[in-house]
Amino acid sequence: MGNHSSAAGENYLNHEKGLWSWLTTVDHKRIGLMYMITVMFFFLVGGIMALLLRLELFAPNTVQGVGQVLKNGDIYNQVLTYHGAIMVFMVIVPGIPAILGNFFLPIHLGAKDVAFPKINLLSWYCFMAGAALAIATFFTHKIDTGWTFYTPYSIRTGTSTVLMVLGAFIMGMSSVLTGLNFIVTVHKLRAPGMTMHRMPLFVWALYSTAILQMLATPVLAITLLLLAAEKIFGVGIFDPALGGDPVLFQHFFWFYSHPAVYIMILPAMGIVSELIATFSRKVIFGYTAIAYSSLGIAAVSFFVWGHHMFVSGQSATAGIIFSFITMLVGVPTAIKMFNWVATIYKGSVRFDSPMLFALGFLFLFAIGGVTGIMLAVLPIDVHFHDTYFVVAHFHYVMVGGTLMALMGGFYYWFPKMFGKMFNESLARLSFVFIFVGFNVTFFPQFVLGAMGMPRRYFDYIPAYETLNKISTVGSWLILTGFLFGLYTIVQGIRKGEKAPMNPWGAKTLEWQTSSPPPHFNFDVEPVVTAGPYEYR
Amino acid sequence: MSTDNVAHPHSAHVSHHFKDATQEYDSGKQGIWLFMVTEILMFGAILVGYGIFHVLYPAMFAEGARELDWRLGFVNTLVLIFSSFTMALSIQLIQRNKTKQAALALATTVLCGAIFMVIKYFEWTHKFHLGFYPGRFLDVAKTHAEHANLGMYFGFYYCMTGLHGLHVLIGMGLIVWLLIRTIRGDFHSQYWIPVEGVGIFWHIVDLIWIFLFPLLYLVG
Repeated sequence: MGNHSSAAGENYLNHEKGLWSWLTTVDHKRIGLMYMITVMFFFLVGGIMALLLRLELFAPNTVQGVGQVLKNGDIYNQVLTYHGAIMVFMVIVPGIPAILGNFFLPIHLGAKDVAFPKINLLSWYCFMAGAALAIATFFTHKIDTGWTFYTPYSIRTGTSTVLMVLGAFIMGMSSVLTGLNFIVTVHKLRAPGMTMHRMPLFVWALYSTAILQMLATPVLAITLLLLAAEKIFGVGIFDPALGGDPVLFQHFFWFYSHPAVYIMILPAMGIVSELIATFSRKVIFGYTAIAYSSLGIAAVSFFVWGHHMFVSGQSATAGIIFSFITMLVGVPTAIKMFNWVATIYKGSVRFDSPMLFALGFLFLFAIGGVTGIMLAVLPIDVHFHDTYFVVAHFHYVMVGGTLMALMGGFYYWFPKMFGKMFNESLARLSFVFIFVGFNVTFFPQFVLGAMGMPRRYFDYIPAYETLNKISTVGSWLILTGFLFGLYTIVQGIRKGEKAPMNPWGAKTLEWQTSSPPPHFNFDVEPVVTAGPYEYR
Repeated sequence: MSTDNVAHPHSAHVSHHFKDATQEYDSGKQGIWLFMVTEILMFGAILVGYGIFHVLYPAMFAEGARELDWRLGFVNTLVLIFSSFTMALSIQLIQRNKTKQAALALATTVLCGAIFMVIKYFEWTHKFHLGFYPGRFLDVAKTHAEHANLGMYFGFYYCMTGLHGLHVLIGMGLIVWLLIRTIRGDFHSQYWIPVEGVGIFWHIVDLIWIFLFPLLYLVG
């Protein structure tokens, strides 16, 4: 490894060769790519489940053929559970931090690697082991509890709950290790001149996410262990028959799983900040406000879990307090939204495909956020509870938010990751299909929910048929969009033109090293003298 | 061997992505403390559960606590506190290049861990013998339980001490690893990060027991 290795055409991809060098690598960039392949695989599996669910709901069960794609409600419940569990634990939670975060956080800071490279690799193996255990249940007794594993059903059902929650436990460990690594890297490995207030906003978002991962995941871990103990040894903590309390399970579960919603969305917000600054050619408006609002969201997120339990039998006072605090989340979120819009205002906006996804994010996340405030209102939630309104809301936030940002980030950083350019027209086509398809799928579900269609049901009355048909057709458009996206990526890697060092004219550090980056990220350690978005 | 290491201070142990030994030390220390935060939160949640049910069923918890032998718990507390002392001592000794004494201190720590686990083993098997199984497996007839859900107390008892015991076993494994590396001469006055990291882990495990002991054995 000479000092000017990249001049000789050496980079992290060809630094070492062979499958074994990948499986034992401690290079954060390679680990990021390994996560990319595995997460994409799970996304495919979870996506197929989603398509099956939508296909089943294309028509009421009285209609022969199309109305009976899944033979009975048990199978529907299983598909529903795997769709939820796979998408949450194996796609959206690890997605952005483990793929793009792993790849770019050290480069953004001007570091050679994350603080603990071996632990980084270990976290990938934890993820794989946990996922393997969870997937194994698919071949034993398929679980049908929903991804939330609510007691007492989850301890009574004869399915493989224990295996599944152990899998989720191990994946949680992987999440903790990644978060721990990021926090220490941010604190200790910044290049000379890289002050906290010169960090790109993506790093700030990952930093806030990492804090959440560290503080929330252990509570889920013990909850899942207790659930496993409950099922095997009948310890009685969550079992009402033994004096235990199933609502306690819900408190514990949502104490993790509500902050987890922000583990899913904060990194997406970080990517959007990068995209909007770069493609508006403007200093980002309110840098500190965006940075600290991430921390604000992270902090508030710990005090709102009770809004998942408005109808669980918790006290009315608790409901009112949780309702109020939940609305507070809107404040830091709105700060971000307004700052993004203010950045675009009078900018020299370029509508390249990553920017399209960022704008798509703004649109979809606005709808998801506003309906979130609606659901935070106690009486409205009681009315909409467990209807398709909720389903539409969280898909708008998580899919419309996280997946839009993930796709935008993929296209944005693709030239840096692979040193190749992708086909811009194909990328825009994938955006159009995903964006339109998404709205066609999920917007009718708001209406369905308001009409009273309950979630998780396998059948419905004829009054809901038209909107369900529209929704199912939308899911095919999304599928088409993602297939275009996959094709764009594969085509770009195989046949793309060589990418320049900085195709978008961006200012952050990763664009100041070669594409793809050398093994140690930079030939010479960078010295930072300015903020990340100093365009004019 | 150890003299060889002393001859090349600093550079010998700094990993490629750190600038110097100080940065590596600071990072390692922050990493282990953050990990300890997650451990404390994990036990914290089960303590919250314990607290809630203790308030709901005070008499049942009192009955459960009566069945435990506080003397055995007390001995175990002393054993763990002493092991924390020898653990801390081993770091001090390594910092002063007293490798042999440090190895002795580490070995004593492992021994204390083993004593703790043996006492725990006898406590558990004795409870099983008397029919105090967790939750729905509690043998009500054999134990003459006054409260129908006494099994829940033992559910907490086995979960909390079991999880803690698992941590003691993991800690013992880590200390054996340190012991081997100490004898091999890997640690000296310029490099002791792993010893301090495992030390912090061991102290936290000890600290958690200091919470478990009064909650399970003495309260009520």
